[in-house]
Amino acid sequence: MSDLLQLRDVSLSFKGVKAVNALSFSVATGEICALIGPNGAGKSSLLNVINGVYRADTGDIVFNGARFGAIHPQKAALLGIGRTFQHNALFHRLTVRENVLAGLSRRGTATFLENIFRFGRDGAERRRFIDRADEIIAFLHLDRHAETVVSKLSYGMQKRVDLARALAAAPKLLLLDEPMAGMNQEEKQEMSRVIAEVNRSFGTTIVLIEHDVGIVLNLASHVVVLDYGRKVADGTPDEVRNNPDVIAAYLGTVH
Amino acid sequence: MPSGLLSRLDAPLLPIVAGLLVTFAVIPAMADDYWLSSIIIPTLVMGLAGIGLNLLQGYAGLVSLGSAAFMLIGAFSAYNLILRVPGLPLPLVLLISGLIAAAAGVVFGLPSLRIRGFYLGASTLGAQFFFEWLFSNFTWFSNDSQSLTISAPRLEILGYSLQSPLGRYFLAASVTVLLIGLAFLIVRSRLGREWMAIRDMETAASVLGIRVARRKLQAYAISSFFLGVTGVLWAFAYLGTSDAHTFNLDKSFQVLFIVLIGGVATIFGNFLGAAFIVLTPILLDRVVLAADLSFLGDQGALTNLQRIIFGAIIILLLIKEPDGLSALLRRARQAVRNRYAG
Repeated sequence: MSDLLQLRDVSLSFKGVKAVNALSFSVATGEICALIGPNGAGKSSLLNVINGVYRADTGDIVFNGARFGAIHPQKAALLGIGRTFQHNALFHRLTVRENVLAGLSRRGTATFLENIFRFGRDGAERRRFIDRADEIIAFLHLDRHAETVVSKLSYGMQKRVDLARALAAAPKLLLLDEPMAGMNQEEKQEMSRVIAEVNRSFGTTIVLIEHDVGIVLNLASHVVVLDYGRKVADGTPDEVRNNPDVIAAYLGTVH
Repeated sequence: MPSGLLSRLDAPLLPIVAGLLVTFAVIPAMADDYWLSSIIIPTLVMGLAGIGLNLLQGYAGLVSLGSAAFMLIGAFSAYNLILRVPGLPLPLVLLISGLIAAAAGVVFGLPSLRIRGFYLGASTLGAQFFFEWLFSNFTWFSNDSQSLTISAPRLEILGYSLQSPLGRYFLAASVTVLLIGLAFLIVRSRLGREWMAIRDMETAASVLGIRVARRKLQAYAISSFFLGVTGVLWAFAYLGTSDAHTFNLDKSFQVLFIVLIGGVATIFGNFLGAAFIVLTPILLDRVVLAADLSFLGDQGALTNLQRIIFGAIIILLLIKEPDGLSALLRRARQAVRNRYAG
């Protein structure tokens, strides 16, 4: 299986503090890769480097055969990198459907005048967008809430909308920043099932950050363990589970 | 055929027909010249200005403290177009004046790509002071008139004169109806949705691939287009004679108040806000006159007193109803509906 994403010697620091330190790893096409590690290990920073919210100090990223040092978030989206956010970053005054439609923006081809005056490519685009949005909304069982303003939904539902929004444009690579944070065990199992289904149904390659090691080791096919911005371990869940460095750095500590 | 078009635009047919009837049949039949000239025309035109700013501020989440500058550009553009391009029909004059204001809007919207919030507000003040200075210092714009004023030309469409109060009302009302329709088309398009996405969470919008910079500049352009057309109406259909200082900072703040009072991210709310801005001073005038408050001071003191009361009402309203008059109205309608349903 070829690699969809490679990081080569990526470093990132904030005011001299190294958040990510000469890190390299690869994500194979179609896999679910989990980044785990204690708070402050550099996991979120790493996702932000991959889709261009932060700019790496050194190192390269190779995505889908294209190599770049730094990338603008919009460009990353156009290349097919989608993501969700650790903290709620939904368009809170819009409905669920409008949020998902906004997630389709990069698939738009009509000019703003075509969109406003409803001629040319607008009609086909509108239908395409609505069909795709409703498909994703149904897939994530959000049908009942399609017309609800997202700020009125429960936290767990909002996380699901965030996922729907990121999935809408059918990204090749989906970055999930703590998709189960703040959920109870039952909700976590449900979300985990949804993520596995996304991976299976759409073939989407997924990189996710999650603290619940039990969940992660069941969900992911590939686990990368970080500590203080460095890679501690990289392998299958079984390899990682039995790695003494991991047990020392992470699994052995209480959270 | 028209109903087919309306359903394609998902527009409610009945309210639209009723609204058009009131606008083009009931009001012209009922209102006298005073009502048309002093209340209805300014309310329509200022409501339109409110829409212009609301598209920018309420929908795209951007800031402008220089709305009047773009009205000013529209007014002076129209004056010069009519003066220097003989035979240019009025609708084209309005369109081109709006486009000139839109171009200026793009230029003064450029800082929005770098700065946000309060500081962006300060930078849009630049437009306010720059254009007031430009149009009052270069007399070419006012055809070298001694007083630096511009006067309304003979307004006509297809040979029909629009000089009477009724004619000027028809001009203002027709443009208003068209631009309300345009505003609805905009906020219900992908453009409108992406504006609201940027307003609610800019980082997420960018990560989803929304072209944030382009959308922001389009917001400034379209907002300024509305304000530019509004400026032409204010100068020609309402005032008749104006100068650069007609469109001063006070006017910009009036437009801002209309948006806040009427309701952020609404279209019709702007007309409620405009009615409030136009009517309240007139009512206060009457009240002060009727109450015979002359013992409080001379005319100047009374005028100041009115301003204080006006300001206090605005503050009170915004504390009691931060979402503006349109939210108040929506709740009232809901209450009535609940009463009759239950």
